[in-house]
Amino acid sequence: MSDPLLQMTGIVKVFPGVRALDGVDLEVRAGEVHCLLGQNGAGKSTLIKVLAGAHQPDEGEIRWQGEEIRLTTPLAAMKHGIATIYQELDLVDGLSVAENIYLGHELSTAGFAHRGDTQKQAAALLARLGHPEISPRREVGTLSAAGQQIVSMARALSHDVKLIVMDEPSAVLDQEEVARLFKVIRDLTADGVAVVYISHRLEEIRQIGDRVTVLKDGRTVATGLPARDTPTRELTRRMTGRDIEYVFPQRQSRDGDGAVVLAVRDLSSGKAFSGVDFDVRAGEIVGLAGLVGSGRSEILETIYGARRATTGTVTVDGKTLRNGHVRAAVGAGVGLCPEERKSQGLLLDEAIYRNVSIASMSRFARGGFLNRGGEKRAATEHIKALDVRPADVDRAVRTLSGGNQQKVVLARWLLRDCRVLLLDEPTRGVDVGARSEIYALVRRLADEGVAVVLVSSEVPEVLGLADRVLVLRDGVVVHTGPADDIDEHRVLDLVMEGSAA
Amino acid sequence: MSEQTPAAPPATPPADEHRRIEAAAAAEGETQSGFVRFMSSPVGRNLGLIIALLVLCAVGAITAGDRFVDTDNMVTILRFASIIGVVSIGMTFVIIGGGIDLSVGAIVALSSVWATTLATQTMAEDTHWLLMVFVACAVGVGCGLINGVLVAYGRMAPFIATLAMFAAARGLAEIISEQRTQLVDVRELVDTINGELLGISVLIWIFAVVSAIGWVLLNRTTFGRRTIAVGGNATAARLAGIAVKRHTVLLYVVLGLACGIAGIMLTARTGTGSGTHGQLYELDAIAAVVIGGTLLTGGRGTIVGTVFGVLIFQTLTNVFTLNNLDSSTQAVAKGAIIVVAVLLQQRVAVRSSDST
Repeated sequence: MSDPLLQMTGIVKVFPGVRALDGVDLEVRAGEVHCLLGQNGAGKSTLIKVLAGAHQPDEGEIRWQGEEIRLTTPLAAMKHGIATIYQELDLVDGLSVAENIYLGHELSTAGFAHRGDTQKQAAALLARLGHPEISPRREVGTLSAAGQQIVSMARALSHDVKLIVMDEPSAVLDQEEVARLFKVIRDLTADGVAVVYISHRLEEIRQIGDRVTVLKDGRTVATGLPARDTPTRELTRRMTGRDIEYVFPQRQSRDGDGAVVLAVRDLSSGKAFSGVDFDVRAGEIVGLAGLVGSGRSEILETIYGARRATTGTVTVDGKTLRNGHVRAAVGAGVGLCPEERKSQGLLLDEAIYRNVSIASMSRFARGGFLNRGGEKRAATEHIKALDVRPADVDRAVRTLSGGNQQKVVLARWLLRDCRVLLLDEPTRGVDVGARSEIYALVRRLADEGVAVVLVSSEVPEVLGLADRVLVLRDGVVVHTGPADDIDEHRVLDLVMEGSAA
Repeated sequence: MSEQTPAAPPATPPADEHRRIEAAAAAEGETQSGFVRFMSSPVGRNLGLIIALLVLCAVGAITAGDRFVDTDNMVTILRFASIIGVVSIGMTFVIIGGGIDLSVGAIVALSSVWATTLATQTMAEDTHWLLMVFVACAVGVGCGLINGVLVAYGRMAPFIATLAMFAAARGLAEIISEQRTQLVDVRELVDTINGELLGISVLIWIFAVVSAIGWVLLNRTTFGRRTIAVGGNATAARLAGIAVKRHTVLLYVVLGLACGIAGIMLTARTGTGSGTHGQLYELDAIAAVVIGGTLLTGGRGTIVGTVFGVLIFQTLTNVFTLNNLDSSTQAVAKGAIIVVAVLLQQRVAVRSSDST
């Protein structure tokens, strides 16, 4: 074997305020299953988007079968034979299976689709994937998640594909479906197709993978590790072993002296999570750790009233909050910094001061008329206290970096004097230096008596910042205890090993 | 960092690295958006509208001479602009709030018919003209309330909910009026609203006052701020504790009220109530709002822009009429103006979102 199928070297991708990829190398051989490992934010998604032609790298080289190529559009990637199956499947629910498979390259003459041929060939592809039972005529929206995934793969195969990238394909599948998926993958690789497989489940990687590349903080930290023989401990060490030490603020030794501010009792919401119980005292930071889909964010949303609880209660300062009612929570002094800052938290085109005052507008209004001077003064005060740069409250939030945008959301709740602060991924998209600042801020708020609940995919962040940690797996709390008594590996063991289907 | 080879062990970034990155991001925002900032500032955005209006006036002055440059003609333009103008101010709120209303013309017709029916059925002499004004406004508010509730609580697409109202309100107006044009017997109504105050037509006064109130409401009150928040990012608004649904209902009610006011204005100007009043108002109002720089996707827009949009449309009509061009030709020109305005708007929107 001379040249590898794909060779990416020194790939760099910079977004404003963050180097998402900072020198990534990836080498994939024809016919192998190459696993990509890394914690959230390590750069996996950005890397596969570069490979799919959706993002243009700022630096670095991509060689395909020995020749340097540029993947300027998703179509270009497709033409080279690179197909990507995303977590959110990109199918059209209202079209049939066959129509979806040939979407964009329909078999047609002068615009008239060859329905018969299309269906025949679609059926052949489905049979090749080991799923002849899926009818090409069926509407895609009526298929299960697993069925839709097969259709996506059939679509990839309908092009002359040499490399398929699968982003957490097993996340939506049950055990039996995963087994069938693996059989499909083995058939594909036997035909010489290469697969880049992304998963958080180490068990799966051992079953299906040939080699492993580990990403961390936008860099390749290990490549070509044998998937079957590398010990778990070695993999998690590579994933977590940090070169950049975040500075976490000192904890105050104030165990049990604050009054209980937030009390969550037997809280459940549909299938997302169930039977969650915990208290947060004034001045305490409680961290929730778990994989994506473990119910972390859903717990915060339910406390906040943005999602209905099916059982249980949320109490703030002794008062039970109305179920599924955001304004009741806000009124009781609860603030949320949502996971998707840009789409859920901010009015990007509006000025900073408007984003800060949005939750406390009535304070600046008399008879509905806003006192803009007072509004700006108050916003300026908080913006300066949080060291937002530049400290210009008339500036549109869109022009700020991720860290500063996050501080704007924090300032919103500071202005409201909130009692409970719910932080969902507070440092996502925030660059390394600004993180320590956010950590210090959160701790300072807690010291001032705010009860904080922190959700983060980054285990060190939870362990470093929180006083107490709840570990979640599949919507159930599997461990509760002081953050000092548990380490990152133990947390990863708890959330990962158990989840291997 | 760029000279660093990828294989080398990653170094700890310098302590001030994030400051550098942020400075770069800030500088990027600064340089990139110089033009965009100007174009999205009130002056910049309205500059194009002012130029367009001036060009139209120049064309009018050249082609129609003294017939265009004439106080009476200017007053005519403003009087005709006033009624659709009031509707457009209301429409601006709904569109900034992320909605759309296709039923405004039908609501105008229904409120005019309802008010005149009241007058004819209760014997003209006894009906106070203010009662007719009140009834027209109440009908508008009622229709707006139905639209708003269907959109906010019935979770219907605004397009569909107001399309239903578009059909139903005009139908109801025709039933009530038995498909006849009703003459207004209440002289005070016509004399007052179609009369003059301080030498200026009352219709123009109403438009001016409604525009001023609209401006204050949008720029100086919590209502306006919430409107921008709801249209700009409904999820963020909800998570910040804003009652998004209630606010949405209020937006349609405000527009309904504007339609009621427009209905009574039209009744007074024409001296009639009719189920055919206000036809195509929905299109003219939406066009005026969009030409005025309000984003159809919501979250951004100005009252001043809408006023200019209305004036541009009405001046265009006037210039064409003075040049004896028929309404079909006018329609083609209006269509072209809408396309140009929206294309320009999209360019600004794309540029300003580049800095993300």
